[in-house]
Amino acid sequence: MKKILSVILAAAMLAALVPALVSCDSSKTLNMLNWGEYLDPELKTEFKKRTGITINEKTVTSNEEMLKLLEANDCPYDLCIPSDYAVQRLIKGGKLAEINYDNIPNIKHIDERFIKISAGFDPDNKHSVPYTWGVLGIMYNTTMVDEADIGSWDLLWNEKYSGQIFMYDSIRDAMAAALCRKGYSINTVNADEINEAANDIIAMNPHYRGWVTDQVKDDMIDGKGAIALVYSGDAVWSMEPNEGNEDLAFFVPEEGSNIYFDNMVIPVNSKKKDMAEQFINFLLDPEIAAQNTEFVYYTSPNTGVPALLGEFLSNCSAYNITDDEVKRCEIFKDLGDSIKLYNDAWDRIQAAIAK
Amino acid sequence: MKRVRLSYPYISVWMPLFIIAPMLFVLYYATFKDGAFTLEYVKQVFTTTNYLPALWTSIWIALVTTAVCLIIGYPVAYILSTMNKRVAALVSILFIMPMWMNMLLRTFAWKMVLDDTGVLASVINALTGNSPKLLYTPAAVLIATIYDFLPFMILPLYTTLMKMDRSHIEAARDLGATGVQTFTKVILPLSVPGIISGITMVFVPAMSTFAISRMLGGGKVKMIGEVIERKIMEQNDPAVGSTLAILLIILVIISMAIMNKVDKENGSAGGTLW
Repeated sequence: MKKILSVILAAAMLAALVPALVSCDSSKTLNMLNWGEYLDPELKTEFKKRTGITINEKTVTSNEEMLKLLEANDCPYDLCIPSDYAVQRLIKGGKLAEINYDNIPNIKHIDERFIKISAGFDPDNKHSVPYTWGVLGIMYNTTMVDEADIGSWDLLWNEKYSGQIFMYDSIRDAMAAALCRKGYSINTVNADEINEAANDIIAMNPHYRGWVTDQVKDDMIDGKGAIALVYSGDAVWSMEPNEGNEDLAFFVPEEGSNIYFDNMVIPVNSKKKDMAEQFINFLLDPEIAAQNTEFVYYTSPNTGVPALLGEFLSNCSAYNITDDEVKRCEIFKDLGDSIKLYNDAWDRIQAAIAK
Repeated sequence: MKRVRLSYPYISVWMPLFIIAPMLFVLYYATFKDGAFTLEYVKQVFTTTNYLPALWTSIWIALVTTAVCLIIGYPVAYILSTMNKRVAALVSILFIMPMWMNMLLRTFAWKMVLDDTGVLASVINALTGNSPKLLYTPAAVLIATIYDFLPFMILPLYTTLMKMDRSHIEAARDLGATGVQTFTKVILPLSVPGIISGITMVFVPAMSTFAISRMLGGGKVKMIGEVIERKIMEQNDPAVGSTLAILLIILVIISMAIMNKVDKENGSAGGTLW
């Protein structure tokens, strides 16, 4: 008797599961590939209320992971937010659909400047819509660093702050700092320049407190370090008065730096392109974009957003990157096979750290 | 017969699918280039100086961890084995208890303890007056690795020492051996099997630890697992990554073989876990 009962119970549970599975697969669901905490969940609810479309989000932690998923033949995603060089590679591989801008009237809110810069990775601006942008720079603790020392990438090489410097544990970003400091392009494929930059990093390594990525925010907020190589978005997050540290400040070094864009793109195999475009248009609405910005803290390329932001973001130097600073910056390009030069340099740096 | 049949699914499905096939893939990646056999990657690993430092770091950390675990674990296991069985069971549960919690959580906890403003730093500060930076140093990685693997040393030692026939010790004492002599001539030799399995259970996994060095080493302590991950995941270079993985497997096999040999020469007595 007990057995029969449990079989019935199991069957009932399965039956309850089936409609749930079916509804997941229904035509009113958009599969989105995103970074963690990169979309205000309330906006998903709002979008569903307005259109009946459910946003099904899967999150990843790196562009490389995103590329792997998007380059697979059976890519099930309808919308994704990769960074510039990843977009470039996806376009080269024919993996992205051309976006129909007739369906996205709100595109007019995107700052003209950025349409121009993003032509660097999406030549005819046909495949991508900027979602957020930011620059690589230096975050420092004003109570530990002399004002006189700031302004240049040299700060990361200032031995006065030995043991208080955090490097960013990511190949192109760390190399970008070293390359810019020497006046080289962050996309250089000149082996001598790359080696020189790598040697500079190796020479400075004993003075680093650590090589970190995401935890740099917490470490800087706690005051474990005085100086860190970070992206502006992470700086904004760390400078936030309630959970962050108000002693932190951010600047874009005078020698220039990297500017990045994360962009909404639609994979070529998506069968719900119209719905994806509908969602992109929704996200470009200034009020929606402002709400999202208050959640993600990364700078929005939407011209309607600044007027709607709260006090903190309106005044934050890491959020409001000036035009001058933008002009000094360069985007990362997909280097194709030349990335091997960087990989070798990186292996050499890692081996030096291990010694 | 029936019992043998029960193992068929494991032998015919599980092992080929999840153990043998992945190993063959790794071997293939390491020794084939464009479909042809090559030793290029093996050469690359040994001729550049890019990968071996991380391997030395791994071996060094594993050796220190094993030694410290043995030095701390042996007396603990011995005291446990002399205790009343019930008390000993209770105390050994206390040693095992941390293992009930996920390793990542334990490592996070260590991150807080070792923090600049953490418990350990404030204690040292109160005692000596200077505030040491513990987090993101090799010491931090070592402390957490030792903590994590100590139970794996204590348990096999405890099992062996507990099973040891006490009359040997009594006989030694009756025949006039001193305490030290009893230990070096009787107890220690009899506990070799436990020492061997303890060393194996600590040294082998310690060499390939990954999360601890990444979380507490602050990117400054590079172990071989991280290099393998970097080559395969980040740089899309499964060939060198796989070669390093095979090298690690060979090192593990060698250390196990040495342990086995020592064990056999000692005329294995008592229970081992391996």
